[in-house]
Amino acid sequence: MRALMALSTAFTCGLALFLLIYVLAKGLPNITWNLLSTKPSYLTGNIGILPDILNTVYIILATLVIVIPLGAGAAVYLTEYAQNKKLVSVIEYAAETLSGIPSILYGLIGMLFFCQFFGLSTSLLAGALTLVIMNLPTVMRTTQESLKTVPQSYREGAFGLGAGKWRVIRTVVLPGCIDGVITGCILSVGRILGESAALLFTAGFAHALNGFFDGLGSAGASLTVALYIYVKEQGEFQVGFAIAAILMLLTLLVDLLAALTRRYFQKRRSQ
Amino acid sequence: MKSKKQFVERLVHGVFLLLGLITVGCVLLITIYLVISGLPAIREIGLVDFLFGKTWKSTAAEPSFGILPFILTSIYSTAGAILLGVPIGFFTAVYLSKLAPAAVKTAVSSAVSLLAGIPSVVYGLVGMLVLVPGIRNVFDVPDGASMLAATIVLAVMILPSIIKVSITSLDAVPKEYEDASLALGATPVETYFRVSVPAAKSGIAAAVVLGVGRAIGEAMAVMMVSGNAPNMPSLFESVRFLTTAVASEMSYSRGLQRQALFSIALVLFLFIMLINAALNFFLKRDKEKG
Repeated sequence: MRALMALSTAFTCGLALFLLIYVLAKGLPNITWNLLSTKPSYLTGNIGILPDILNTVYIILATLVIVIPLGAGAAVYLTEYAQNKKLVSVIEYAAETLSGIPSILYGLIGMLFFCQFFGLSTSLLAGALTLVIMNLPTVMRTTQESLKTVPQSYREGAFGLGAGKWRVIRTVVLPGCIDGVITGCILSVGRILGESAALLFTAGFAHALNGFFDGLGSAGASLTVALYIYVKEQGEFQVGFAIAAILMLLTLLVDLLAALTRRYFQKRRSQ
Repeated sequence: MKSKKQFVERLVHGVFLLLGLITVGCVLLITIYLVISGLPAIREIGLVDFLFGKTWKSTAAEPSFGILPFILTSIYSTAGAILLGVPIGFFTAVYLSKLAPAAVKTAVSSAVSLLAGIPSVVYGLVGMLVLVPGIRNVFDVPDGASMLAATIVLAVMILPSIIKVSITSLDAVPKEYEDASLALGATPVETYFRVSVPAAKSGIAAAVVLGVGRAIGEAMAVMMVSGNAPNMPSLFESVRFLTTAVASEMSYSRGLQRQALFSIALVLFLFIMLINAALNFFLKRDKEKG
């Protein structure tokens, strides 16, 4: 039994190491300044992923800007206002259902609802809105957890001084949920970085170079979608591995940030 | 003055209530949209012909829309991924939760979160270049892009969720149970497998169900390694899943073909809802016990 356990653990570890080293070894040599700083052109045969990098950044920004107020607000409602137990369990069940739905279904719904029903056509904004629904449960859960750690006595103290409910929330509760919101953001960024199926039909796969607001209105590939297109449709494995290496490094960075913030907030709370 | 304050309070309450209800609204929206867009094609093709038809020729002159190959491929591959992934994940989880020294635990945990964070297209890319040629050479088949490749990729992809959820429930087993068993003379390994694991079995079941959900919903990675031909499932044959059936034809589909894709999505959604219900059942039981 002991041997089996050690073997399984070694296998898991080895797998992660193999993937990391393999992708970095194949990808890093292919990352050139030209690749990072230009856009692709059919005329010159040049391949550059600057538009895809920018699109990814735009989608992350747009998603976070929308999802944070929604998710944090929902969490505040659940922990501060909701009295009806049934309603709470319905909302929580809905959140769990949302986190179980596969991204390809989100892509489909996003295409039907945002692109066609709302007439946004295939655009980064439609992709970002789709990702908002996907990441809502994450932000909601992390905010809820941090709100639970705000001591009840703080709220009671504020009420005792004569503050109204909204004032208590503004001055006592909301500052307490910052760590939850930040954790939620980091987790969401990780998820958005890796998302491809939900974006394929909502954000499309154009490689045009745009500013933020023009970009939101037009179609564009994120890094993951670009990887898929380059590898599967065009057979450009070198570009694919370069993007994969970038994604891998970003994933590591997000993991590291998540661990660091968790440690930071734990320390601050225990003081 | 007082009435103005009350008005503000009520307004804020209303706004937060609205925000709280957004998740419920999203679930309703998704359900209604999938049902409305999924039903017409099923009605036109016939439920039995759609679910149990063995041929999918969506663009032929006389198209036929049978999704049995996709359903079976999804089920077989998921089962295979569970068979491969669960034992490895389970033993790793027991080791990390009970036996591993702190330093090993941190190191392996970060490896597991790395596995969880790798985008599915990267899994697909590595699968295309490592697994697919590997299978072609080892088993001497004409093309390695097959159900076997997809199953292995899925097994790797569900590993982190299985490990994480199992560890959480193993960590929650009361220390007294283990102490009692150890005091009675059982060895640590006996204790962990005869006492801790049974005590955490609902949580471990939840981990397996979560893995099933992940595997059945994965699209991009399997699309890159499974060959994508609508064959009946067979280990070395190129196959298509429920997810990849939707993804691969969506961009150029028209008319009934497009509606049939929505119906496939509806079938996939029903599978996922079943899995979610099972997951909730196990998680609740785990919580009640702990």
